[in-house]
Amino acid sequence: MIINHPILGPRDFQEFTYLGDASLIDRPDWQADNAADQFHDYLYLRDNPAGEHRELWFHEQGDRSWLVVTRNTVTHEILNVELARDVARARGRSK
Amino acid sequence: MGKFDNHGLKAISPLGGYEPRVDVFTGLQIREVTDRALASLAARQGSENAVKSAAASYLGGALPEPAGWGEHGVFSAWWMGPDLWMISAPHDSHELMAADLKQAVGEAGSVVEQTDGWCRFDMEGPRCFDVLERLCNANVRAGKAGDATRTSMEHLGVFLLCQAPGQVYSIIGPRSSAASLHHALVAAAKSVI
Repeated sequence: MIINHPILGPRDFQEFTYLGDASLIDRPDWQADNAADQFHDYLYLRDNPAGEHRELWFHEQGDRSWLVVTRNTVTHEILNVELARDVARARGRSK
Repeated sequence: MGKFDNHGLKAISPLGGYEPRVDVFTGLQIREVTDRALASLAARQGSENAVKSAAASYLGGALPEPAGWGEHGVFSAWWMGPDLWMISAPHDSHELMAADLKQAVGEAGSVVEQTDGWCRFDMEGPRCFDVLERLCNANVRAGKAGDATRTSMEHLGVFLLCQAPGQVYSIIGPRSSAASLHHALVAAAKSVI
């Protein structure tokens, strides 16, 4: 697979490590009243789609940036690559 | 003479020698470089432009673009990642560069002294392509002067700076693995030449 890094261009996937579902960005508020339930869902409940999936990848052997990669789990086609910090900021995650 | 100048200690290079190591092959030289001071510069969130302009006035020129490196007088700098650069200068004249750089950028950026965290090997000669293409998956034959690529050699994360395509490169890796990196460079050179 080739991952088209938003800054550096096409890079071999061996330079990257995989973390998991991009929903990990949406970490619950630990001070919320139902924080325990929210963290249960955050930690244990994952969709497992056959098709498009948004994932967190780390460019470990490169510029050390976190990426959100949209990948088709059936064909391994990579549809979109974004910097995770841009995604997080767009969701109001980064202060 | 300062009160700490008479310590009687002698600095050793990342490979453990008193003098930088040089390995010579037909058409290739691998030279340990030990005379550079290093400091990393990270822009704090929202201060990216402030850091760039403060660093530009300190260095005498703009910070390099992504995947690039450049020189301004005695300073050189390379891009390490988003909003993160490494600054380099001659150690003898700029031993306190990290403190000076922090003064220059103020609250806009974070500076970390990096001099003893890295080892550097310069590779020179017409066989550079043949050796580098066995060491890493950077596309060196398509590269140009001014490229700074973070890649891996011998399972070590390294920076590969191209000074002259196919002729002169700098390889900067973790100092604690200097001997492993050096072994990889020499082994690759021996397998080619």
